[in-house]
Amino acid sequence: MSDYIIEMLHITKDFPGIRANDNVTLQLKKGEIHALLGENGAGKSTLMSILFGLYQAEGGEIRKNGQKVHIRNPNDANALGIGMVHQHFKLVHNFTVLENIVLGVETTRHGVLKMDEAREKVMHLSDRYGLSIAPDALISDITVGMQQRVEILKMLYRENDILIFDEPTAVLTPQEIDELMQIMTGLAKEGKSILFITHKLDEIKKVGDRCTVLRKGEYVGTVAVSETSVEEMAEMMVGRKINFTIDKVVAQPGKAGLSVRNLTIAGHHAKKAVSNVSFDVHHGEIVCIAGIDGNGQSELVYALTGLMPLESGKILLHGEDVTADSIRARNEKGLSHIPEDRHQYGLVLDFDLQQNLALKTYFHEPLHKNGFINFGEVRRHAEDLIGSFDIRTAQGPETSARSMSGGNQQKAIIAREIDTHSDVIIAVQPTRGLDVGAMLYIHEQLIKERDAGKAVLLISLELDEVFQLADRILVIYEGQIVAEKDSKDATPQELGLYMAGSKRGEAV
Amino acid sequence: MKKVRKSLFSATPSVLAIVAGLAAGVIILLISNPARAWEGLLTILRGGWNNDMKGVGQVLYYATPIILTGLSVGFAFKTGMFNIGAAGQLMVGGFVSIYVAVTWTFLPGALHWIVPLVMGMLAGMAWGMLVGIFKAFLNVHEVITSIMLNYIAMYGVNFLVKNSHLYDMLRNQTVNVPAGSMLPKAGLDQIFLIMKGNFRDVSSVNAGIFIAVGVAVVIYILLEKTIFGFELRAVGHNRHASRYAGISEKKAIITSMAIAGALSGIAGATMYLAPASGMHMHVEEVLAAQGFNGIAVALLGLSNPIGIIFTGLFVAHITVGGSYLQSLRYMKEIIDVIIGLIIYFSAFSLLMRDVLRNIRKKQKHAEPEVQGKEEQPV
Repeated sequence: MSDYIIEMLHITKDFPGIRANDNVTLQLKKGEIHALLGENGAGKSTLMSILFGLYQAEGGEIRKNGQKVHIRNPNDANALGIGMVHQHFKLVHNFTVLENIVLGVETTRHGVLKMDEAREKVMHLSDRYGLSIAPDALISDITVGMQQRVEILKMLYRENDILIFDEPTAVLTPQEIDELMQIMTGLAKEGKSILFITHKLDEIKKVGDRCTVLRKGEYVGTVAVSETSVEEMAEMMVGRKINFTIDKVVAQPGKAGLSVRNLTIAGHHAKKAVSNVSFDVHHGEIVCIAGIDGNGQSELVYALTGLMPLESGKILLHGEDVTADSIRARNEKGLSHIPEDRHQYGLVLDFDLQQNLALKTYFHEPLHKNGFINFGEVRRHAEDLIGSFDIRTAQGPETSARSMSGGNQQKAIIAREIDTHSDVIIAVQPTRGLDVGAMLYIHEQLIKERDAGKAVLLISLELDEVFQLADRILVIYEGQIVAEKDSKDATPQELGLYMAGSKRGEAV
Repeated sequence: MKKVRKSLFSATPSVLAIVAGLAAGVIILLISNPARAWEGLLTILRGGWNNDMKGVGQVLYYATPIILTGLSVGFAFKTGMFNIGAAGQLMVGGFVSIYVAVTWTFLPGALHWIVPLVMGMLAGMAWGMLVGIFKAFLNVHEVITSIMLNYIAMYGVNFLVKNSHLYDMLRNQTVNVPAGSMLPKAGLDQIFLIMKGNFRDVSSVNAGIFIAVGVAVVIYILLEKTIFGFELRAVGHNRHASRYAGISEKKAIITSMAIAGALSGIAGATMYLAPASGMHMHVEEVLAAQGFNGIAVALLGLSNPIGIIFTGLFVAHITVGGSYLQSLRYMKEIIDVIIGLIIYFSAFSLLMRDVLRNIRKKQKHAEPEVQGKEEQPV
C-alpha cells in the first residue's frame, strides 16, 4: 500500500508552441489539504485537467493507491473518486439545488425519479459536513457562497474522496472565505483528500498541509506549509523576490472629472439595479468601487458610458451634464472605458489589431480622408501604439485580434483608451485573468494616468487590486453605495463586512 | 499579390462545393436516365454554349439580376443580417420600374430608362428599409419581417398589375415596356446572336450586366475602403463592441437593409426593362426565384462582392445549361436540384475546412483547446 492516494509522476504536456507541464510531480496523501501554487499560466489548471481527464499527458503516469491508472475522460476520473469544483460553477440555473446535486446520477424506479431518497442523502451529507443549503431554492436565487457549497455537495453525493478546488475563493467575500476554509478542514478530517489550487498565499498558510509550487510549467518543489514562510513560498512561485506593492505617490485630487448624482437604474424585477447613487471622481485620483460581483457594478458602468438607459439622476463630465448624450458624444467629451468583457465589448475579434486600435478614432482625420479609410495612417497609428504599449503580436498591425493572448488583447484596449486623450477613465476589472507581469504593467499604466491628472474610476472584485490602486474606496452592495473609505484607513475585513451587507448575509 | 493568393485560397471551399454538387448531380442523372447521364452533365457544363453566342448572351441576361440579388444578400450578411426578402424587394422594384417605364412616356431620351431604373431602385430601398426599421426600433427579427413582406409584395404587385393598364390579359403578365425604356444594348446585340440566314436571332442581353458588375465594384469599395463600410462590418462582426465604440447600431441596421433593398430593386428593374423576348412579370402566386437564387450566389461567393460576380455568372451558366436538359428528355427541375446540392455542399465544405484544420493541428500536437482562461499559451 502506497502512502499516497493519488500520484502524478513526471507529467509532461505540450501545447503548440508551449510546454504547459514539464516533468511535474504531485503526490497527494490521504486526508491532507495539498495546495497547488503558481502564477497565472504556470500550468496549474493544465495539470488538474489532466488529472480530471480533460487532457491527455504526453509523458508521465498517474497512480491511485500505487496502481497505475488511465484517465481518458471525466467519467474515468469520477469512477476513481476524483471530483472537481471548477472556478466557474457548472450549475443549471433554473434547476433547484437538489436537482443540481443529483443531476446525472438520479435514482429512478421504473424510469420515475425518486427524489425522496436523494433528498435524505443530500441532507445527511449537508449536516455531516456543515454545508448548509436550501434544497428547494433555485440556483439563480442563491448566493455565490451557497452555489459553491452545492458544487461541494455534488462531489460528496457522488462519493468522491479526492476533491479538487480550482481557485475557489476568487468569487467569495472574506467572511465566506473563512467559512470555506473551515469546511475544507472538516472534509480533510473526515478523510477526504483535497487539492487546492490558488495563488493566494495567506489561504495556503491557513489550511494547507503541504504545498507544491509550479513555475512556467515546471515543478519547483513541494514543501510543508507549517515550516515555510509566506515570503519563501512567494519566491518559489515567482522565481525572484517580489515587491507586491507598486510605489505610488500621494494623490493630488483636483476638480471633479466625473460626477454622478442620484443615479437610479432599473433592474430585472421590481428591484433597482442601482438606486440613488452619488459620487465624484476627481482629477488625479483613483476611486475604486469594491463589491461582490452582481451588486450593480455592471449596470452602473453601462449607464455611465451610455450603453444602458438610466431611470433618473444625472451624469456630469467636468461639470457638464451628459446624461442625454450618446455613447460617442460622451467619448468625444473625454470619457474612456476599459470594459469588463474584452471579447464582447472591448474588441471586434474578427478585425485585425490595427482596425481594433482605430475603433474609437477611425472617424477622425488623418485616419480617414473624405470618408475613405487612410490605410497607411491606420497602420502607422497601430505601430505607434504597439511600440509604446509593448503589445506583443505575431504579425504586427495585421495580427487578428482573436489570435492574441488575453494580456496583449487587454494591452491593446488600454492603449486605445489612453490614446484617445480622454481625461476620465473607467476601468472595469482591467486585470481579470491576466498573469502577474501583465497585471503589474496595467496597474502602473493606471497610476501613470492618475499622476498625469486624469480621473480614474476603477471597478474591481479583487480586494488586492482595490488596495493596490485606490485612493478612495466606495463599497457597493445591492445597488447602493454603503461605504466610502480612504484607502489608508480601510482594512479588508471591514470592507468585507460592507460588501456582504454590513453583516454576514444569512444564506438565502 | 499576397492578397490575390489569399482570396483564391478562400475560394477553395466554393470550388469543392461545386465539384461535389455536380458529382451528386450526375448521380441524379444516372438514376433518372442512365443512358444519357454523361451527355446530360456535358449539357449542364456547356451552359449557354449549347445555343452558340445567343445562349451566352442569355447567360449574361440571367446572371444580371442574380448578381444584384446576390450582392443584396451578401451586403446584408456583412452587417450581420440575413436578407431573405430579396424576392419581395425585387418584385416591388420591378413593378415600379415597369410602371414608370410604361406610364411616363414623356421622359426624353436616355432618361426614359434611367428614371425607371432609379425609381425601381428607390422602391426596393424603401421595401428593404422597412425591415431595417422594424429590426432597429422594435427588435423584430429581419427574417420574419422580410418573409412576410415578400408575400405582401407578391400579392400587392399581382393586385396592382391586374387592375392597371400594365396588364396583358392574354398572356397573364405585364405588357411590353416601350422601346425607349429598355436598357441600352451597348453593342452587345452585335455579339450575342445567331445568324439564321438573314434573320438575326438576338439574345436578350443588355447593359444590365455592365450595371451589375459596376454596382459590385461600388459595393466592394463601399464596404472595404470607406469608414461607412468599416462601421457596417464592425456591427456585423460584433454589435456589442460597435455600440461600445459609439457606432449607432440602429443607423447601421437601417442603412444596410436600405442598401440591400436598393440592390434587389435594381435587380428587378434590369429584369423587366428588357425587350419583348425578355422577362415579364407574371400574375402568379410565386415569389421571384431570382430573390432566392441570390442567397445561393451570396453564399457561394462568401459574400465577397467581386466573388459574387463570378458565382452569379456560374449559377446563370448552369441554369441555362439545365434548361437544355429537356432536349435529352430530362426534367428541367433537375438543374434546380443540382444548384441546391451545390449550396448544400458549400455549407458542408466550410465545415470540412474547419475539420481539416483541426486534424492538422491535432497531428502537430494535442488540441490547443484551453480549459478556463488561465493556462492560455501567451
